[in-house]
Amino acid sequence: MANDALLQANHVTIRFGGLTAVSDFNLDVQPRELLGLIGPNGAGKTTIFNMLTGVYKPTEGDIAIGGVSTREMKPYQITSLGLARTFQNIRLFKELTVLENVKIGGHIHYKYSSTSAVLHTNRFHEAEAEAEAQAMKLLDIFDLRTRADHAAKNLPYGDQRRLEIARALAARPKLLLLDEPAAGLNDSETRALMGTIHDIRDRFQIAILLIEHNMELVMGICERIVVLNFGKTIAVGTPAEIRSNDAVIEAYLGEPVSEAHA
Amino acid sequence: MFRRWYLRDFILLIIYIAVLYGAWVALEYAAVYWPSMRYYNRILVMMGINITLAVSLNIINGHAGQFSLGHAGFMAVGAYSAAYLSVYYFGPYVAKMPDGSAQQIVWQNLLLIVAVLAGGLMSAIAGYIVGLPSLRLRGDYLAIVTLGFGEIIRVLILNIEAIGAARGLSGIPAWSSFFWVFFFCGLTILISNRLVSSSVGRAFLAIREDQIAAESMGIDTTRYKVKAFIIGSCLAGVAGGLFAHYTPAYLNPTGFTFIRSFEVVAMVVLGGLGSISGSIVAAIILTLLPEALRPVKDYMPGGRDPRMVIYSIMLIVLMLTRPQGLFGRKELWQFLPRRKDSLPNEARDEGNADDKLDRDAAPPVT
Amino acid sequence: MQTLLQNLLNGIASGSIYALIALGYTMVYGILKLINFAHGDIFMLGSFVGFYAGNFIAKQNGGGSSPLSAALVMLLSMIVCGAFGYLNERIAYRPLRNAPRIASLITAIGVSFFLEFGGQFVFGPDPKFFPTLIDKHVIQFAGVVTTNYQLIVLGVAIAFMALLQYIVYGTKYGRAMRAVSYNFETASLMGIPTDRVISTTFVIGSMLAAVAGILYGLSYPKIDPLMGVMPGLKAFVAAVLGGIGNVPGAVVGGLLIGIIESFVGGSAYSNYRDAIAFVILIVILLFRPSGLFGKYQAEKV
Repeated sequence: MANDALLQANHVTIRFGGLTAVSDFNLDVQPRELLGLIGPNGAGKTTIFNMLTGVYKPTEGDIAIGGVSTREMKPYQITSLGLARTFQNIRLFKELTVLENVKIGGHIHYKYSSTSAVLHTNRFHEAEAEAEAQAMKLLDIFDLRTRADHAAKNLPYGDQRRLEIARALAARPKLLLLDEPAAGLNDSETRALMGTIHDIRDRFQIAILLIEHNMELVMGICERIVVLNFGKTIAVGTPAEIRSNDAVIEAYLGEPVSEAHA
Repeated sequence: MFRRWYLRDFILLIIYIAVLYGAWVALEYAAVYWPSMRYYNRILVMMGINITLAVSLNIINGHAGQFSLGHAGFMAVGAYSAAYLSVYYFGPYVAKMPDGSAQQIVWQNLLLIVAVLAGGLMSAIAGYIVGLPSLRLRGDYLAIVTLGFGEIIRVLILNIEAIGAARGLSGIPAWSSFFWVFFFCGLTILISNRLVSSSVGRAFLAIREDQIAAESMGIDTTRYKVKAFIIGSCLAGVAGGLFAHYTPAYLNPTGFTFIRSFEVVAMVVLGGLGSISGSIVAAIILTLLPEALRPVKDYMPGGRDPRMVIYSIMLIVLMLTRPQGLFGRKELWQFLPRRKDSLPNEARDEGNADDKLDRDAAPPVT
Repeated sequence: MQTLLQNLLNGIASGSIYALIALGYTMVYGILKLINFAHGDIFMLGSFVGFYAGNFIAKQNGGGSSPLSAALVMLLSMIVCGAFGYLNERIAYRPLRNAPRIASLITAIGVSFFLEFGGQFVFGPDPKFFPTLIDKHVIQFAGVVTTNYQLIVLGVAIAFMALLQYIVYGTKYGRAMRAVSYNFETASLMGIPTDRVISTTFVIGSMLAAVAGILYGLSYPKIDPLMGVMPGLKAFVAAVLGGIGNVPGAVVGGLLIGIIESFVGGSAYSNYRDAIAFVILIVILLFRPSGLFGKYQAEKV
């Protein structure tokens, strides 16, 4: 396995009670790669995200980021290794402003002691100025600057999705995990999002791993796709390879018609 | 390293101290001429203590979103620790000096600060001890555990002879004053205000809003929750220390039951969870309310006192009419019209157009 | 051995009173996720209704006491407390159903203050002596001293707990109640009249508190308007201990608290009797955050 991989998952298995949600999952993410993780509902995609970010501990196997095992780490420590994520059902800090949301995203880079905060030391002023500048830059990029003072909950749905990505980028990750970024967006919004994701990768030079149901989006922008079904990896390859893979076709269109998902 | 903002802070501090000192001297003189002013002085001081308590609890409940019902317990730890030092060490030391001498006045104020800060430190330790294990719990469970800790603290006090046990602790030197109470009250507001507009405060708010998202942003949620508990209980301990040294300078465990905690929680929620100015205004209202209702007693047969009955009814009515609190989550000044907001959105700086992502630059869809 | 049995018996007697109060907490929490802090004061009210009604009946009878008049007193107390429980929910909690949950917690504290201070205002702050509703007999059995009161407390408490168990798990109303506690919105979409279910829950809980109030008055005849504070709090601890929202759990929790308190009260640490319930609570919650019988619900990411 390549040593310069950003993230490596080796034989990762997780069981909840008697249920094996993910079994023997292997993945390596290369720098600046756009990787898709797809599969029918309940295939274990979000569970994998939760293991990568440390919310769940794998029952077996190991996950390493930049060669460092994350087994004994808490989610906040994993963030410091260069991992940031968004959530399937948007988890913004709803009552806080758009600007505050993005500033919190940059927490690991701009933190200081309570004493600094109370005494307004130099460290405080420098960190706050930097945090503000970085957040404003991100808001510009995502076209949210005019809404900087608005409460996050008052943004339109599409803007909330983009704010969540901006917040994750504020942590300056090497790998960004997007959990169904196009969920709830219409076709033109989805097209716009595809552009955004592609552009993020080029601009920030980071790898992106995304879970998505929308085939058009995944096939359109991902360079490599991992297909899951019932917790098992059934195919890995380029969009063209995946499109013609029998196992994938069966998983999506296969015999039990009621289980078919687009 | 002496930057201009330190200088500005320093000048503001001097002005604040001067104004406080002036007000205090004026109040003391007024009390000489109108003895009834003693009563109003006392209400003012209680108000200052309640504001300190409410603002400090607001850091835990309002900012960090950790529901604590044990604030009276933290206050008690501070009050008794500070009083213990003064009764056994500081009081006798100062008593040896000639009465009314400058030396005595300087020492008693100095030692008051030491005692009060020591009380704050003890409360902070209590906050740490309570905070660390409790933070695995959420919501109502945390509330009931903090309530339990508060009660345990009270029962412990009831069993320590050196601090008077059930009799209460008397003989505390009455060194506290309007000046010191409001000095620390102002300090508490300043600390709370500066925290909430810093990375520490933002971490608190993030935890309140969504703990899982906060954790995924790299915030060590346990650490920050404990931090909120330590800071909040330390300030409550300071308030307790000042309360202990204020006339009649007597402490009784019955003053620190969870009913006292409830009163402070009521102030914070009534003001609007998370709103510092809301906590201040609610603390003022709930301190004045029973006093304002004092005359009602005269119209009652048998000399019974309906004040607290009316107080509780008004608490219910206020909460029913403004469930989100007086100010919601906003601060008082956010209700004032702002120039920035009156501008139409288009007129604001939209940043450099080159910085924007090209959202139509998607690769062709095949 | 004898002191052990004696402590156990005393503990079960006081524990069954805690259990009766805990049932009201656990039912309300199960349905509304609200700590009804006023519940302990409803218990106090139950005692005071018993006090006035008992004295009134005794005066009519010329000072005699009989099981019938005791039952009448209990019934009256249940009716008054049931009505208060209904009004409490209707006035202080229902308007806040869609508000932040903390708002109803504050009104709960407000109602609690109202009943405590109102009690002091109406009944007077001084302790009163609960009338002798039934003549007291001391019974000695195998070296253990008990009274017919303890047996009555036990019998009545068990009867009411069994009744509640039947209501919750054996009737249509109980099913509706469980449905509402499981998922409020779905239950209302299924055509369950949630408001009525909630009202009924408050009435039943308050009636049980009234029963506890009378039994408490029998056992510890000194009553005052603040008497509900501590038993109320400990009963809530009992409910949490058993797994809040869980009916048998509340009973077990109440009995446990009663028994442990009784043993601590009989030991060298009797001064710490009031703290022990909270110590147990903290220890339990740290190792089993959902209580003894509750189910732990992890948050979905």
